[in-house]
Amino acid sequence: MTAIEIPAPAPVATSQEKAHKVFAFSSRWRWEEVAFWVAAAISIVVFPTHLVLIAQILITGLFALSFDLLVGYAGIPSLGHAAFFGIGAYTAGLLARSGWTEPISGLFVAAIIAGIAGLALSVVVSRLTGIGLIMITLGVGLLLLESAHSARGITGGDDGLSGINIAPIFGHFAFDFYGKTAVIYTFVVVLLLYLVARRIVNSPFGLELKGIRENVRRVPAIGIPLRNRYMVAFTVAAALAGVAGALLAQITQTVALSSLSFDRSALALILVMIGGMGTLIGALVGAAAYMVAQDRLSDLNPVYWNFWVGLLLVLFVLFARGGLIGGVDRLIVWIRAKRSKS
Amino acid sequence: MKRYRRATFLAAGMLILGAGTVLGDQTPIRIGVIYSFSSAGGTAGREFNDVVALFQRQHGDTIDGRKIEIITRDDGGIAPDNAKRLAQELIVQEHVDMLAGLIFTPNAVAVGTVSTPSKTPVFIVNATTSNIMAKNPYMSRYSMTATQVTVPLAKYAYKTGMRNMYVIYMDYGPGIDSGQTFENSFTAEGGKVLGEIRVPVNATDFSAYLQRMKDAKPDGIYIFLNANGSGTTFLKQAKAQGFDKAGIKIFCAGDLVTEQVLPAIGEASIGVISSMNYSGTHDSKLNRDFIKAFEAQSGGLPPTFGGVGTYDAFTAMYKVIEAQKGQIDPDKTMEIVKTLKFESPRGPIAIDPDTRDIVQNVYIRRTELRGGKLVNTEIDTYPMFRDPSEHA
Amino acid sequence: MIGNLLYIVFSGVAYGVLLFLMSAGLAVTQGLMRFANLAHAAFAMLGGYIAVTLMNSLGWPFLLTLPIAALGTAIFAAILERTLFRRFYNVSQLYQIMLTVGIVSMSVASVTFIWGSVNQPVRMPDYLSSSIAIGNFDIDRYRLFLILAGGLVVWALIYGIDSTSFGAKVRAAVDNRRVTASCGINVDRLFMLAFFIGSALAGLGGALSVNLVGLSPTFAVDFLAYVLIVVTLGGHGSMKGALVAALLLGVVDVAGKYYVPQTGPFIIYALTVVVLFWRPNGLFAKA
Repeated sequence: MTAIEIPAPAPVATSQEKAHKVFAFSSRWRWEEVAFWVAAAISIVVFPTHLVLIAQILITGLFALSFDLLVGYAGIPSLGHAAFFGIGAYTAGLLARSGWTEPISGLFVAAIIAGIAGLALSVVVSRLTGIGLIMITLGVGLLLLESAHSARGITGGDDGLSGINIAPIFGHFAFDFYGKTAVIYTFVVVLLLYLVARRIVNSPFGLELKGIRENVRRVPAIGIPLRNRYMVAFTVAAALAGVAGALLAQITQTVALSSLSFDRSALALILVMIGGMGTLIGALVGAAAYMVAQDRLSDLNPVYWNFWVGLLLVLFVLFARGGLIGGVDRLIVWIRAKRSKS
Repeated sequence: MKRYRRATFLAAGMLILGAGTVLGDQTPIRIGVIYSFSSAGGTAGREFNDVVALFQRQHGDTIDGRKIEIITRDDGGIAPDNAKRLAQELIVQEHVDMLAGLIFTPNAVAVGTVSTPSKTPVFIVNATTSNIMAKNPYMSRYSMTATQVTVPLAKYAYKTGMRNMYVIYMDYGPGIDSGQTFENSFTAEGGKVLGEIRVPVNATDFSAYLQRMKDAKPDGIYIFLNANGSGTTFLKQAKAQGFDKAGIKIFCAGDLVTEQVLPAIGEASIGVISSMNYSGTHDSKLNRDFIKAFEAQSGGLPPTFGGVGTYDAFTAMYKVIEAQKGQIDPDKTMEIVKTLKFESPRGPIAIDPDTRDIVQNVYIRRTELRGGKLVNTEIDTYPMFRDPSEHA
Repeated sequence: MIGNLLYIVFSGVAYGVLLFLMSAGLAVTQGLMRFANLAHAAFAMLGGYIAVTLMNSLGWPFLLTLPIAALGTAIFAAILERTLFRRFYNVSQLYQIMLTVGIVSMSVASVTFIWGSVNQPVRMPDYLSSSIAIGNFDIDRYRLFLILAGGLVVWALIYGIDSTSFGAKVRAAVDNRRVTASCGINVDRLFMLAFFIGSALAGLGGALSVNLVGLSPTFAVDFLAYVLIVVTLGGHGSMKGALVAALLLGVVDVAGKYYVPQTGPFIIYALTVVVLFWRPNGLFAKA
């Protein structure tokens, strides 16, 4: 009798391979992301008189992105995130004013200092949740603002820092009047950091953050050091916010107290909600939508502008909690459903 | 805040002018305005719009065949990054021939960094810190400086018998300028400053500060608070805490007792001595006409020093445009600016050729009740006073 | 020296009473429904504007405007609660923040549109203006009024919380909602009533504060920080905690301004951060 061929059992994927597949899937580039970056690049070419606005949109987007990491991925609500933006801005400004005008190293220093501040804050807040956490971040933010206000000798107080001179990038590309250098510099930095952020969220660490967001009590039960993760999340988010602040200081050559204000912290929340929390690209899209709208409608009475933004917030939170990206996703699902029916 | 842009006017104008008129460029002359129209600027934005409307009604909106187009942008308060971006956009996108406006010093400084490389003349309507002018050769100012207006008050205080005073001011550019100028001048006259209090910009409750000052038993106090209404609360609290009963005289910067705010302060303002570059009661036909036109435009509100600064800045801009017959050259513009001397609703003014800053009468006024209305009556004048700190 | 200290305590307590009135409602709301209502200071602002409009445009006497301000605010807040807030009770607090921040934005803009951005003029009746001499001291009449009238309201509140069945139900619901509901108590209606009263208090506080700290559209934001601090320091759901925190805050604020005027609100914020670090749930937390 011939031996019955028993087919060899199909190879079982090791857990490593399974994890790899999961991450490969979740980290594929969504079309919204590609669309955004292509649009950003094109607009630099197509709108040569709006370069400063584009740069500021990217900076605000980076700031919102750092906040998304904190609030959208780790689920840590904070009303004091502007503190890190401001720390980065003032660091870069003071550095340049005291003679160290090289921009890229300025960004690094700002990131480090802001990151240290984030680490320090995380130590304090790691045992709080909910309202207590929100309050203490609010309190720290206000405290920092007040201190900066009083420390007129260092920060310039209400008048802010001015006379910040930045050396040309790589010794060659000087910051020009039209903002050409500024916008390309900003574009490259923000894109790089965006890629870094993507890498972070599509990694095991990113999953842990989402776990914290979904069920913070369970996380230690599966062996993840909660406090440690908080600290890393805060530090990274703070460092990114610091870079955003430093960029703003470098391209506008001024720093004002508004970089530390509660308004800016609230803005981060607004942008992330408008764009879509926990999507990374949502932060950038939200920033772009908000600032373009504000620029176009700035002719409109500012009183009315605030009213409409407030109304928009209420409507978004009532009907569109996924923000713009969430809305787009739902639209796509709806279109596909329609197509598959017909 | 409106865009003064009417494509139809432009088209009609070009048609008419195309019918064979004379020299070169018939595109409109564009003035870019950066101001704080939002609530951060208080009522300044509204006053600005009213003044511009009435000015163009009086003087028309065309010079030598070219239309004057005014493009406004809101900087949202103290926001130098915004102001700088708006200035860049106005120059690069809208091709403005000159800029005007500016309330807050950081914004003015930021705009200066744009004005100088691009050679765009800037006509400052409001910002009052002295050190803005030095680094920006294309800027000129039509309001006042804190120093300019404060030194005469210190002299007057000493002249009228004050020997010990307490000083309180808001902790930002103009406040620090005013407060420290007062202290230095008063001390130079021979007086003694018992102490100073720096108040945060958004302070609302002054009772503790007032008590501290009262306990020091000064002959008088000097106050600088911004014109947004915190002065109202301050003066009322001073009265509630018995400053008048204690015989402590109140000297302040005119910002606290502007014509628009006096009704809100009420009786607590009577007897206050202030210094300013403008009073509603200034006795000249030009002023009376100005006030009448303004009240008609604003629906009953009186003009303040902010409105007068705007009016004179526009007078200057129109003069400059007329003198160049509609062909604006930045360097020639500044040459003309340095020679400007004319009558303003506040009195005679001139531009100092060295500093491009304003030279004007500084009035000492007392707030009193006249005919049932609270007014600032001029009781002394320091004529054609220059900011001493700018001539170091 | 003693005179200074007495003055500071007097002025601080007056300010503290004001802060308490504005914050009491929020303490209960947050304890009861865990709803992060950042628009609470906007309610107080509304009360202020109602009072000012009644006085200036209709010529009403000051004391009469107070109950109307409280009532008007409460009705407005109740409408908001019915239509908007109640959809968000079981939702993440981030959304509650977004919602209420949006409402604050809209209210600041509306108020600016209707009344303008200048400080509202307000004239107190003569018996509340200037000062009254008691012994060697010049006591500010208005602050005295605040302490007396505010004290009365506070006493009524504490009595209400401690000695009425309504108060008992509220305390029970703050401690444990589910068990309270399972005892047959309609927690929803309880909350609505508590919200109504809390907003009325806020409106009253706002109306009373106009003469002390001025009224302008930024009130909703300026006082939000103080109100949140009072509630957080006091501990959610604790009315007494809010009272202690408010008085403490008032006195520290006045003392700070008197002795070290250049530091501004720094002391308050530093105090808050320190206390929160030590007792994250507030001084009188109900765990």
